[in-house]
Amino acid sequence: MTPTSPSTGTASRPRMLRLGPVAAWPWQPRTLLVNLCVLAVLLVGLLRALLAFDDYPMGLGEVLATLVGRGEPGPEFVVFQLRLPRALTGMLVGAALGMAGAIMQGLTRNPLASPDVLGITWGAAVGAVAVIVTAGSAGGVSGLAADLGLPVGALLGGLGAAAVVFALSWRTGLASDRLLLVGVATSLVCANLVYWAMTWTDLQDAARAQTWLSGSLHAADWTRLAPTALALGLLVPAALFVARPLAALGLGEDTARGLGVRVTGARLALLGYAALLVCVATSAAGPIAFVALAAPQIALRLARRAQPPLVGSALVGAALTVVADQLAAGLFAPTQLPVGVFTAILGAPYLMYLVVRRHRQQSG
Amino acid sequence: MIETTSPERGHPPGLADRAAIRRRRLNAGLAILVLALALATALSIAVGARSIPAEEVLRALVAPDGGESSTIVRELRIPRTLLGLVVGLALGAAGLLMQSHTRNPIAEPSLLGVTYGAACAIVLSIFLFGVSGFTEQVWFALAGALLAGVGVFALASGGGRTPSPVTLILSGAAMTALLSGVTSAVVLLDHQSLEVFRFWRIGSLSGRPAEVTLQVLPFLATGLVLALANAPGLNALALGEEVATALGQRVWLTHAVGVLAIALLTGASVAAAGPIGFLGLMAPHLARWITGPDHRWALPYAALSGAVLLLLADVAGRILPASGEIEVGIVLAVLGGPFLIALVRRQRLHTP
Repeated sequence: MTPTSPSTGTASRPRMLRLGPVAAWPWQPRTLLVNLCVLAVLLVGLLRALLAFDDYPMGLGEVLATLVGRGEPGPEFVVFQLRLPRALTGMLVGAALGMAGAIMQGLTRNPLASPDVLGITWGAAVGAVAVIVTAGSAGGVSGLAADLGLPVGALLGGLGAAAVVFALSWRTGLASDRLLLVGVATSLVCANLVYWAMTWTDLQDAARAQTWLSGSLHAADWTRLAPTALALGLLVPAALFVARPLAALGLGEDTARGLGVRVTGARLALLGYAALLVCVATSAAGPIAFVALAAPQIALRLARRAQPPLVGSALVGAALTVVADQLAAGLFAPTQLPVGVFTAILGAPYLMYLVVRRHRQQSG
Repeated sequence: MIETTSPERGHPPGLADRAAIRRRRLNAGLAILVLALALATALSIAVGARSIPAEEVLRALVAPDGGESSTIVRELRIPRTLLGLVVGLALGAAGLLMQSHTRNPIAEPSLLGVTYGAACAIVLSIFLFGVSGFTEQVWFALAGALLAGVGVFALASGGGRTPSPVTLILSGAAMTALLSGVTSAVVLLDHQSLEVFRFWRIGSLSGRPAEVTLQVLPFLATGLVLALANAPGLNALALGEEVATALGQRVWLTHAVGVLAIALLTGASVAAAGPIGFLGLMAPHLARWITGPDHRWALPYAALSGAVLLLLADVAGRILPASGEIEVGIVLAVLGGPFLIALVRRQRLHTP
């Protein structure tokens, strides 16, 4: 027996977090530490979002006083009606996208398997652009119906596309490669229908569609946040139960079956769950690029795990979206760019760095 | 043949016989594909939004009289068909290489960062230098595409080490996202760039001057030669990196040659025709459905079927709508999508 130094040992034995006799989840000190760090980044980002976002600067004391209900009417309006819903929407949407990406990538064992690839994002785009084209400058709909028409259209489009993809790739089970290919094909069909529709509407509608397609938090308010928060508030904690077979499924179907997992049922439940998460997120803020792909990959490299961790991916996704939205709003001050532009500009270099560093460690 | 020769040799129809039959079939298939390509080319020259009788088309080809029909055929349809031919060949081959090098069935050549490298270069060239001509833009697009491709490979190989499929695809996806973010930012800040980008984004074969095809031809030819040279190495690589190394393959070199070929083929296509996304995804699956996993066969099949599909889609986009035409990228995706789904459902997948 040669003694192994603690630093070179791969991973310490997972400790278990038990909830009575009902359930137990493994956890590791490193994962916890990483999650706390990301959470800290997220909280700083949220605070920064409340402090300075638009051309109405506020001090820390003023914001805190407003938050506990002792503020002036002006700052109160800015904080509660403008900044808070936007920051919360960003956080929730980012968390949902990160978690959905982690489920998809873990399940299919394919780092490219983000929800865009399932057809959901572009299905939602078809729904949203259909609403913009039919109800937009034609002026058929107004008021609450117009406000809610866009998210509802996106939700229906996304769910419809997911249903089509699942139905078309079903053949005594949902094999990963078939599912992904059918999803990519469906996405491309939907994307090109949207591009095409955008060439025959008028310029104003095309511009609205383009803004929605870039994924933005400009329009966030309480009316839109409430259903999103309700849905995601129920869905995100439920992941801890739904996703329990994920670790076994990530080892391959045969191994998972050997470990006693009902593979087909578990896969269907997980995929449907991920699809719901993405549909809600996309209907709230449009298709925010790259979060669902990058967050799980960043989280698994930070936590040094073989599979994307769920909680870590959700936290990274939320932090990435909240910080990116501030850059998008503040960097070219009068012009507010959509958040989707900066999730990529911010997340991509970091993911590249992690890929290179990890690769060096493995081969060095 | 088999029944008479095999008993003499004293063993049942063996591997060698079956391989010979397979080779004959695949050769016949290749001949059929070449024939189909010739037909598609003829169709693309003969059919268009404006109907010109066949004899006039022939006369325009053999003895041009300078009339309107003759001008349409020689100035518009022939350059367009040639461009479609080379771009189709290139994207089909690049798609197969991309899926094989990353061992990912949903990878397409633009995932190497090449397409958005070209897009970013074009948008920046307008934003910073005010470049407007088509033929100048081609050089910027080519440079951007090659830089992005080489950058992704350098990143994935992390200073001379062999890149794994996962690092290759993640670096490519990250680079694509980064460049698309920069492109969107520029386009949203500068409306003049948006005006050009809006139309460039939908891949099309129409409106390109004939010089564009000549500009990109050397790059495409080099890329195709490299791709053919890459095919045997890919067969070894499909067994896994360790096995390939044990078989005497220089894995790093195989990847480097493949990535250079993908960058050349895709970069030149994107520079000339804009991003035509669906072809590089579909042609390799169609090819492997016929040939199985042997890359020496799958590569020419993918290239030829890519060219056939692109030309047919372009013709369909010209004659289907009542007025005007639909860009080939849209036609390919909308008609090709259901076809790919049907293919995937019918068949046990030959994944790379």
